[in-house]
Amino acid sequence: MKIGIPKEIHPGEKRVATTPEAAEQIIKLGFSVLVESGAGLNANISDEAYKEVGVEIIDNAKTLWDKADIVMKVRAPEQHPELALDEIDLLPEGGRLISFIWPAQNEQLMQKLAAKNATVLAMDSVPRMSRAQKLDALSSMANIAGYRAVIEAAQHFGRFFTGQITAAGKIPPAKVLVIGAGVAGLAAIGTAKGMGAIVRAFDTRPEVKEQIESMDAEFLMLDFEEEGSGTGGYAKTMSKEFIEAEMALFARQAMEVDIIITTALIPGKPAPKLITEGMVKSMKPGSIIVDLAAEQGGNCALTEKDKVVVKHDVTIIGYSNLPSRLANQSSQLYATNLRHLLTELCPEKNGTINVNMDDEVIRGTTVIREGKITWPPPPPKLSAAPAPQTEAPAYASVQEQQKKSVIPDSIKQFIPLVLGGLALFGIGSVAPESFMTHFTVFVLACFIGYQVIWNVTASLHTPLMSVTNAISGIIIIGALVQVSTPDSVISILAGLAILIASINIAGGFLVTRRMLEMFRK
Amino acid sequence: MSHSLVTMSYIVATILFIFSLSGLSNQETARRGNYYGMLGMAIAIIATALSASVTSYSILIVALLIGGAIGARAALKVEMTQMPELVAIMHSLVGMAAVLVGYANFMDTSSTLTGVEKTIHEVEIYVGILIGAVTFSGSVIAFCKLSERISGKPMLLPGRHWLNLGLLIAAVTLGYVFLQQTETGGGLLPLWIMTAIALLFGIHMVMAIGGADMPVVVSMLNSYSGWAAAATGFMLSNDLLIVTGALVGSSGAILSYIMCRAMNRNFISVIAGGFGTSGGEAAVVEGEVTPINAEETAQLLLDAKSIMIIPGYGMAVAQAQHTVNEITKLLRDKGKKVGFGIHPVAGRMPGHMNVLLAEAKVPYDIVYEMDEINEDWDHVDVSIVIGANDIVNPSALDDPNSPIAGMPVLECWKGESTVVLKRSMASGYAGVGNPLFVLENTRMLFGDANATMQAVLKALKG
Repeated sequence: MKIGIPKEIHPGEKRVATTPEAAEQIIKLGFSVLVESGAGLNANISDEAYKEVGVEIIDNAKTLWDKADIVMKVRAPEQHPELALDEIDLLPEGGRLISFIWPAQNEQLMQKLAAKNATVLAMDSVPRMSRAQKLDALSSMANIAGYRAVIEAAQHFGRFFTGQITAAGKIPPAKVLVIGAGVAGLAAIGTAKGMGAIVRAFDTRPEVKEQIESMDAEFLMLDFEEEGSGTGGYAKTMSKEFIEAEMALFARQAMEVDIIITTALIPGKPAPKLITEGMVKSMKPGSIIVDLAAEQGGNCALTEKDKVVVKHDVTIIGYSNLPSRLANQSSQLYATNLRHLLTELCPEKNGTINVNMDDEVIRGTTVIREGKITWPPPPPKLSAAPAPQTEAPAYASVQEQQKKSVIPDSIKQFIPLVLGGLALFGIGSVAPESFMTHFTVFVLACFIGYQVIWNVTASLHTPLMSVTNAISGIIIIGALVQVSTPDSVISILAGLAILIASINIAGGFLVTRRMLEMFRK
Repeated sequence: MSHSLVTMSYIVATILFIFSLSGLSNQETARRGNYYGMLGMAIAIIATALSASVTSYSILIVALLIGGAIGARAALKVEMTQMPELVAIMHSLVGMAAVLVGYANFMDTSSTLTGVEKTIHEVEIYVGILIGAVTFSGSVIAFCKLSERISGKPMLLPGRHWLNLGLLIAAVTLGYVFLQQTETGGGLLPLWIMTAIALLFGIHMVMAIGGADMPVVVSMLNSYSGWAAAATGFMLSNDLLIVTGALVGSSGAILSYIMCRAMNRNFISVIAGGFGTSGGEAAVVEGEVTPINAEETAQLLLDAKSIMIIPGYGMAVAQAQHTVNEITKLLRDKGKKVGFGIHPVAGRMPGHMNVLLAEAKVPYDIVYEMDEINEDWDHVDVSIVIGANDIVNPSALDDPNSPIAGMPVLECWKGESTVVLKRSMASGYAGVGNPLFVLENTRMLFGDANATMQAVLKALKG
């Protein structure tokens, strides 16, 4: 099958849906790849680089859409500025499209695509499961957005991030507050931390506390009990009381921190308003707010989408295309996500795709199949929340109870002692004096052995075995005392025993010596 | 030499043996410990040879020289990867010697014991031969399994527990018949039959135990060889034999216990045999592995600061330890922190990996035990698993139905990334799928461990 990658037409969109590296892998799956001329230019990828790995360069978009069996894009289809045509019209009847779609927000687009009998896979609808992580474009883009958010903030921020003590005076470190510790939030925390800032983070989902702390940032606690985890690892809308407590916390923090990065999103809903105009006013002059939720209306009341505005001496950055501002990197990751999706779709590596609706990952990603809208998918079975924990302990306790029922533990531990005592008593009642002296020696020797062996370090267990092997050749003594009897059968038996035991002695000691010589610092 | 002098020599030998074992508590004193052992053995043999009970020396000296020469040759020629086999075959020799001494003692008609003393003496002979024979045949089978002369898979006969029980009852019954023989030298027939049964029992016991349990088997046979020597000591009323046998016996028993604990297995169930035959349905591993090539691995290593290498039996099979050492040296010269993580049951006998690494001249202070490093995986950038499988299996911790559930494992997946060297996607000895291989941060490097490590080394140099 032919896979076509057109040039992105959305204003300011610099990404491209495949890179030469990814294309090379896709070709290995048996596909052929067509790329519109100049598609990668904004991401610093030349047509020549594509050609080198065997990609065919197509001069104009129309031909490309016509020729391709599968079209892979970044942005959802829209009006083409040069052809005065909608990209949907370019898509042939029954064609296949893989790109971001946002089906919840773009109902009209979905209808149009369905009318074309198209098969559409939406990269924003990849289910959140561990198996699907490698094709989770939302995560990889969010990662970049989080990084870029800090870089944008640094560009507009008038000070260092890191604290320094110099001859010209002391520089305090910048304080950064990250609201929402999803993939983007964590990436922002990591980047800001790496630049030396003091980072605090807040999230409604308590399970991310550990992740935040693992990044060495401070988790801001709210004195309020409410579980904030929705399905699929996303957040949900919180109660009124919770939001009030949360807002009070942000108000306090706003006065203190220099940079606020907000990433709070609830799937399918407008972004929650977390930073009010009053809070912006209370911030120090020169402070920065980066609003990663600008696309969904913004977490800050004063955010203007795709613009940088200065209000009340605070710079508010509302770029919604942060991944595109790191076009080469995001193209690489997005291309890899797409390649992994193709690998899932084409398990036999024969260059044809199979939209297998029994596969949970493919089922979730597919939003339209041959003209039938299949979105939303049934809810995923797995959640990132730690809910399943309850099952395991229950299992263990059942087993324990079963075991306990026979004999109580307190009695059980005495059984070997009692049996041992009885056995010793039994021996003592019949055994003669001579046996008992030997037996005493035997028992004491066992205890010495027990004490000595526990001290042996694990790395010397093999030498221990070979040296005990040599020592157990002491059985030679038994043969030695018998070898001189007049009975020739006995002396032959004894002689054989001596021979065998001396193999043991010599072999055991020498091999131990050889091994121990090897151990060196 | 007078009787008291001989006894005194025995006491000295005993003390030297104890010193010898306690010397192994760390590397610095281990060599001295070995010399103590040799000295103790020399004193014991010379004292016995000079005692009143030894009068003819021709057989003695010839046997001693031949045996010593064979042993020395074996010790100097053996490959370190073959240590488990050597140890197993030497256990069988002790068992054999115990059987021979037992028979010789039984045929010795000069004994003047009567009544209870005679009965006890005969029980001692009987038990001594029994343990010796089990040790002998068990060790021979263990040797064959370790050297792959026969399949390492457990052979599970139907009703094997009943078979074992039947053999045990037969042995006890024959023992009773044996003790009923009144005339001296009688009862040879029950003794023969019992020996045959004991040999059969040893074979059957070890045949039923699978490859991953081999470290337990080897240390258990080590223990048996000690008990055989102790039983011989009772038979001959010789305290030196009793003490030494008891030392070796408890040493082997403790090693078996340590090995069982390292696999979270019950000793009885290991001995009863059959690995992974019970328990519920284990979760099937699904997902996709991410392969990597040697050059990428080298790059990964160059980018890492802290590297942990986890060797397994596969490293021994591929003889990759020398290449691994060269890579280690190279990386350490580049200022990287390189360590080795050793699982107690890695390889086919206790401490097997340590010996192999020592042979390749890896410094022992960068070789760590599982408990020393399992807390520190957060600080490890890259861990390389070489020919190991079950000891790095996360399902031991999180899948209660897994046959290896509860076994402590090296938790390498907690590190930044893991490279697994493997011949193919076959499962380990326990026959369990390994979810580690499909984890997000795991890369698979397929091929012969030595060949791929060579390629990585070349890429590191280039």
